[in-house]
Amino acid sequence: MMRLVFACLAGGLFGAGLMLSGMTDTRKVQGWLDIFGAWDPTLAFVLGGAILPMLVAWRVAARRTNAILGTPLPPKPTPLLDSRLLAGSALFGFGWALAGLCPGPALASLSYGGVQGLVFLGAMIVGMLGWRGLSAALVRRGAPA
Amino acid sequence: MQIAWIYGLIGGLMIGGAAALFLLVNGRIMGASGILGSVVDGSGWSSLAERLAFLAGLIGLPALVMLAGHAPETHLTGNWAVVMIAGLAVGLGTRMANGCTSGHGVCGISRLSLRGIVATLVYLGAGMVTMLIARHLLEVI
Repeated sequence: MMRLVFACLAGGLFGAGLMLSGMTDTRKVQGWLDIFGAWDPTLAFVLGGAILPMLVAWRVAARRTNAILGTPLPPKPTPLLDSRLLAGSALFGFGWALAGLCPGPALASLSYGGVQGLVFLGAMIVGMLGWRGLSAALVRRGAPA
Repeated sequence: MQIAWIYGLIGGLMIGGAAALFLLVNGRIMGASGILGSVVDGSGWSSLAERLAFLAGLIGLPALVMLAGHAPETHLTGNWAVVMIAGLAVGLGTRMANGCTSGHGVCGISRLSLRGIVATLVYLGAGMVTMLIARHLLEVI
């Protein structure tokens, strides 16, 4: 039960932070990526501000094996750079710039994003399910998992 | 303009605070694409309730703020083709790369994870090139 309470609190704080910082405003996001036009540096403050508490959190996590509610803390991922990471990130950057929305803000702005916001979220979910099918097909053809 | 930076910084601290809470209390990495993606494709159903609780907070709190009369502007384009292509690319890309702005950007960079740093540089670079082409050369957005 406590897990659900804190998951909901974390989600709420995340959503409020996205809303307040302007990450749900597509004009602001596109302005940040528009370095060849009217560049808007606000997102540097958002990302910088978001990284600060996590720098502390990772240091605290390094001294523990389990989280407060008992779950083992996530292991450090292998520093493997593969084509999926690079191609997927490039594809994500393309879509992020095109609409000005990434997954967190697309969810946070659901109540006030209008019909377009719903269509974006629907297309995003179709894309997510598409990767499940695509990765299964790649594995069948013998591509490295 | 200056006020926007302050809101950005405070909002950023809240985003990072949420990620810190989710990590230290629940032992989870706060990646929006992973949390949503693993719910819709079934791969995260072993911790389904926790993921749904997170999504309920993420969608619900802004909805409450909106009901209280403080809806911020979004400016999402009304061009349906652009909205759909962008959504498909974001959904497919974030699952392929196993992360998005929150997972790779916020949680990965702060951990000095090579994958997180490289993913962030790649999606920022791709986004800037997309803006150059789509806005300044093709003028479609």
